[in-house]
Amino acid sequence: MRIELVKRPQHSKLFSALSPFLAFGLTIVAGAVLFALLGKNPATTLYYYFIDPLTEVWSLHELAIKAAPLILIAVGLSVCFLSNNWNIGAEGQFLMGAVAGSMLPVLFPEFQFWIVLPLMLLMGMAGGAAYAAIPAFLKVRFNTNEILTSLMLVYVAQLFLDWLVRGPWRNPAGFNFPETRNFHSYAILPEILPDSGRAHWGFVFALVAALLVWFLLSKTLKGFEVKVLGQSPRAGRFAGFSAGRMVIFAFLVSGALAGLAGISEVSGAIGQLRPSFSPGYGFTAIIVAFLGRLNPLGIVAAGLVLALTYLGGEAAQISVGLSDKVVRAFQGMILFFVLACDTMIHYQIRFVRPQAAGAGETSHV
Amino acid sequence: MFEAIVITIATAATPLLIAAMGELVVERSGVLNLGVEGMMIMGAVTGFGVALTTGSPWLGVFAAILVGALFSLLFAFLTLTLVTNQVATGLALTLLGLGLSGMIGEGFVGLPGVKMGTLYIPFLTDLPYVGRLVFGQDPIFYISIMLTAGVAYFLFYTKAGLTLRSVGDNHGSAHALGIRVIAIRYLAVMFGGACAGLAGAYLALVYVPQWVEGMSAGRGWIALALVVFASWRPWRVLAGAYLFGAVTIGQLHAQALGWPIPSQLLSALPYLATIVVLVLISRNRRLTMVNTPASLGRPFVPDR
Repeated sequence: MRIELVKRPQHSKLFSALSPFLAFGLTIVAGAVLFALLGKNPATTLYYYFIDPLTEVWSLHELAIKAAPLILIAVGLSVCFLSNNWNIGAEGQFLMGAVAGSMLPVLFPEFQFWIVLPLMLLMGMAGGAAYAAIPAFLKVRFNTNEILTSLMLVYVAQLFLDWLVRGPWRNPAGFNFPETRNFHSYAILPEILPDSGRAHWGFVFALVAALLVWFLLSKTLKGFEVKVLGQSPRAGRFAGFSAGRMVIFAFLVSGALAGLAGISEVSGAIGQLRPSFSPGYGFTAIIVAFLGRLNPLGIVAAGLVLALTYLGGEAAQISVGLSDKVVRAFQGMILFFVLACDTMIHYQIRFVRPQAAGAGETSHV
Repeated sequence: MFEAIVITIATAATPLLIAAMGELVVERSGVLNLGVEGMMIMGAVTGFGVALTTGSPWLGVFAAILVGALFSLLFAFLTLTLVTNQVATGLALTLLGLGLSGMIGEGFVGLPGVKMGTLYIPFLTDLPYVGRLVFGQDPIFYISIMLTAGVAYFLFYTKAGLTLRSVGDNHGSAHALGIRVIAIRYLAVMFGGACAGLAGAYLALVYVPQWVEGMSAGRGWIALALVVFASWRPWRVLAGAYLFGAVTIGQLHAQALGWPIPSQLLSALPYLATIVVLVLISRNRRLTMVNTPASLGRPFVPDR
C-alpha cells in the first residue's frame, strides 16, 4: 500500500480547525499505550494526568502559573515562525529576561518603592529582546543561520545564569546555596486572586499579549507584512517590504515577550533566581505555537493544554508513581501528531494499493 | 604529553565527526534534519543500556545504530511522505528524543557503564610518539575516519553519489529523469540517523561511560553547524570536528589549571566558537551559495 498526497485546490477550513483536536486525540491514544507499556493502568493514569488537575481550584491556579510563560513565549514565536524566522532560542531569551529584570532587587535591595516592579518588567523585556537581537543581527548582517545561533545562545545563557547565582549574585546570607537573595515585597508580582490561589499577573500579561499580537497579525498592515514575507519573500520584496527589518522586528517581539515571561516567572512564581528555574519553557513553547496553529488565540488554548501536561505529570507521579520523565516524551509526541495532522489541511491523503493504482491509470486511457 | 592531548582531542571530535558526516549526506540529498540531537541521545541511551545488560559494548553500538536509523524513520515519514515542514519536524524529533531518552534511561542514572577498549597491536602500538595515536585508539575512531573517506568517495566518485547530489540540487529535474527522489531521501535520512546513533553510542561507551540525562549537551546542534562550516564537503567536516574537539579539550585543560576565569565561561567556549565560525563562514555569501544543495529544506510532492 502506498500513501499518495493530492493537493487541495484550497486549504481545508474543516481540517484547519480539526487538526489540533485530532492531534491531541492521537496523543491521548499514544499516551494510553505508553502508560500500558510502563505497567500502569491507562484509564486511571489518564484520569490523574488530564482530569484530576482540573478538579481543584488551587490546581487551576497552578495551571495558570505554568501556562503564563508558555503562552507569552509562544505568542512571540508565532510572529517569528509566520515570518519564516526560526527563533528556537526562546529558552535563552527567557533566562536573560529573568536575569535583566532581577538586577534591581538583587543588586539594589534597599531600593524599595512601587516603581521597582514596573521597571523590572520593562528591563526583563529589554533583556530578552536584546538577547534575541544577537541572532537577528547576525542573520541580517552576515546571513548566519538563525536556528543554530539562537540555539547556541541558550547554552550560553544557561551557563551565564549559573555563573551569576553561584558567583557575584549569590545570596550573602544564603549558606552558599546557589541562589540569589529573596526579592523584597515591592519586587514580587502580585497574585490575581490571593484568596483562592497562587496564580500571578503573568497569566493576565499572557492573555493581553495574545490579544495584542492577534490584533497585530490579523488587523494591521504589519501583520500582513509578517505573513507575506513568511510565505513568499519574493512577493514581499515586490510589495516593498524589507525582509531584513522583518527579521529584526520578529526577533525583538518574541525576545521581549520571552523576557517578560522570564521576569514574570521569577518575580511571580519563585521570588529569587536559581541556576535552573525553567523546566524548558522556551522549548515547550515551540510545541505550544504549533499546536495553536501559530494563531495567538489558538495559542492560549494550546498553552493551557501543555501546562496541563506539566501539571498532570506531577499529579500522576504522586498518585500512580509515573516517572516525571514521561512529561517531555509526551510533549514531543504532541508536536509530531500536530505536524502530521496539519498535512491534511493542504493535502488529501489517499491510500493506494499498487495494483489499484495501475488499474486506475488504464481506465484513464 | 602531546600525544595524550591529541588523543583526547580525537575522542572529543569523533562523535561530532560521525554525526556531522551523517547529516552531510542527508543535506546533500536536499533534506534538512534538525533532529540530530534527538537521534544522538537516543543512540546514547540505547548504546549504554544494551552494553550494560549484555556486557558487550559492540552489541550496544549495533543497537544504537539500529535505533538511530529507526528513529529517523519517524522524521522521514513525516517530512517525505506527509510533506511536513522540515524545520519543525526536526525540532520535534529532537524534543521527542530528549524526552524519550530521559524516560528510558531513568534506571541507568548513576550506574557504571561499559567502556569500549582501545586497540592494541603488539610492537606497533608501543612505537614512540605516534604508536598510540595511530594504532592505539578505540575502534570507532578508525570507523569515523573510514566513514569520512567513504562518504567523500561515494559522493564524488560514484554514480549513486551523483544521483544523490542531483536529488539534493534539483529534485524536480531528478524526478523527471526517473530518479526515485523520495526513496533516495528515505535512505539518506536513515543513514544520517544511523550515524547519529553511532555518535551517541560513542558518547556513552567511550567518551564518558555512563548515562546522564541530556548528555549529548548540544553536540547534535554543533554537528549541524559543522556541516554548514564545512560547506557540505566531507574532509572539511573532519577538519572542523577536530577544531571543535581542540576547543573542547582546551577549555577542559584550562579549567583544570585553575585559571581565574569562571569555569562557566570556559564551558561556553565551544558554543561561542560555533557562533563565531558560523558568522565567518556565512558572511562569504558566494561560497555558501555555490555549495548549498539547492533543494535543501524544500518540500517535494511528485506530480504523477
